[in-house]
Amino acid sequence: MGHIQLKQVSKSFGNIEVIPPIDLDIDDGQFVVFVGPSGCGKSTLLRLIAGLEDVTTGSIVIDGRDATAVQPARRGLAMVFQSYALYPHMSVRKNIAFPLKMARVPQDEQERLVEEAARVLNLTGFLDRRPGQLSGGQRQRVAIGRAIVREPAAFLFDEPLSNLDAALRVGMRLEISELHERLKTTMVYVTHDQVEAMTMADKIVVLRAGVIEQVGTPLELYRNPQNTFVAGFIGSPRMNLVEGPDAARHDAHTVGIRPEHVDVSSGSGMWTGTVGVSEHLGSDTFFHVTVKDLSQPLTVRAGGEVDLHYGDTIHLTPKLNHLHRFDDRGLRIT
Amino acid sequence: MARSVTTSRKTMTTLFAGTLGLLIFFPVLWIVILSFKSEGDAIKAPLEVLFSTGWTAESYSAVQARSDYPKHFLNSVVIAFGSTLLGLLIAIPAAWAMAFVPAKRTKHVLMWMLSTKMLPPVGVLIPIYLIYRDLGILDSRIGLVFVLMMINLPIIIWMLFTYFREIPGEVLEAARMDGASLREEIIHVLAPMAIPGMASTALLNIILAWNEAFWTLNLTSAKAAPLTAFIASYSSPEGLFYAKLSAASVMAIAPILVLGWFSQKQLVRGLTFGAVK
Repeated sequence: MGHIQLKQVSKSFGNIEVIPPIDLDIDDGQFVVFVGPSGCGKSTLLRLIAGLEDVTTGSIVIDGRDATAVQPARRGLAMVFQSYALYPHMSVRKNIAFPLKMARVPQDEQERLVEEAARVLNLTGFLDRRPGQLSGGQRQRVAIGRAIVREPAAFLFDEPLSNLDAALRVGMRLEISELHERLKTTMVYVTHDQVEAMTMADKIVVLRAGVIEQVGTPLELYRNPQNTFVAGFIGSPRMNLVEGPDAARHDAHTVGIRPEHVDVSSGSGMWTGTVGVSEHLGSDTFFHVTVKDLSQPLTVRAGGEVDLHYGDTIHLTPKLNHLHRFDDRGLRIT
Repeated sequence: MARSVTTSRKTMTTLFAGTLGLLIFFPVLWIVILSFKSEGDAIKAPLEVLFSTGWTAESYSAVQARSDYPKHFLNSVVIAFGSTLLGLLIAIPAAWAMAFVPAKRTKHVLMWMLSTKMLPPVGVLIPIYLIYRDLGILDSRIGLVFVLMMINLPIIIWMLFTYFREIPGEVLEAARMDGASLREEIIHVLAPMAIPGMASTALLNIILAWNEAFWTLNLTSAKAAPLTAFIASYSSPEGLFYAKLSAASVMAIAPILVLGWFSQKQLVRGLTFGAVK
């Protein structure tokens, strides 16, 4: 079981309120990702759930039990830290066994569980090494192993992949997703990387300055961003946001159109622009097109085979049924 | 890219560094040489001393016969180790608190502690002497242990503070998440991680206390006199006896030299204050 509820939880450091009162429901077995730019309070929120920080007001309920004043270890949660936070003086075996030792689990049972976790995480050959002798990915797996053996009600991940290189990050992302499929345990995952959020989450919580901007499934957020912040944050490359007369024509203050929803033509279109830098990804190409009356260049997705070059003039037309409209406060117009 | 350095330049630098090293080491070497000369040879001009061929250990036997080396040695051990132990006992919780639960003025407290080292010791000699006289702890090991502990306490706290600060907070939080109580957190996680730092702090402090001469000379006369007083006793009243003075010095620095030699690695780490990983 791992049902976590935040009820009017807020956090202040001194006089500075970093998280105004928020409500949030995390269902049992869900993979929830907190995403937002750095300093948005996502890590603080996770630490409040973990119990490493005390809430200023409100309450945290875990599986129907008020856990607001409960010690971190007694909340039944396990955490994986950004820096792995392994015990450098202990072998991998002892690192993974540490929570079991603290819980006074019998020795032979400890050994069995450690072996089991090591097998799941491909660490069997490394059990007698120290963390210092492992690569970043292996250290991260040890940290996950240490979390798994406790059989927690929920896992908390605090930017676990940000210290890994790009290739390893993709691999570990899959491993964590697979782990979630297998264990079906609630996972709360903090990241600033919207790609991680999109690929892993059942539910994404977008945060800005401690405020929840939107909660939803990855595709909900992608298709129906509730405001310009979410629209710009979710999706890579970013959604094009256009203000001024072009937006006014659609009765909006701002209109948004994703790179893949713009038609490119050499003949005619709504906007005429000059091709700038293009990014070839093989399957796709992203063109950055400078349009005369727009303050920012538009990003356009085209197939991998499109033959356009720096300085070429092209015509762009947004697909109207994919146009997002926002009012002067940045909120979605439906 | 590595900087390219010509061989001649390397040779020059090596020569220069070697000369400088020799210059620093020379007084110690000279003491060792003198200690194996006869008193007559020892007062000759330096070059004559170097090339005079008579080597003798007579100064060592003379020093042995005249003074009670074991007593001084024991005093030095008690004072150096005692003051270090007592200092650690006080400094560990202090540094701990400042490193892990810093308050608004922790930095000021640290600076204030260091500032006590800026006062020349002679400035407080009279008051401390009078207090010690009134307490009846002049020329006692207890008195010396206490004063040396006080003298070195700021350095111990500073060193431990920098070490403790290097222990990442997330590791302690991980232990807390893993269900460790405060006591278990300290025993299983903090202490093992802090031991190298504590060891080098202790070592440096033992050496400092071993060689401390101002207080040990001023607050002792006979009973509690450590090896520093033992050396000093060969320098003044009955005129200069270079060979015996040298022999006494060698005997005084030998134990700490051996200790330092065997723990070089720890010590260097301590002296660089955690700057080198």
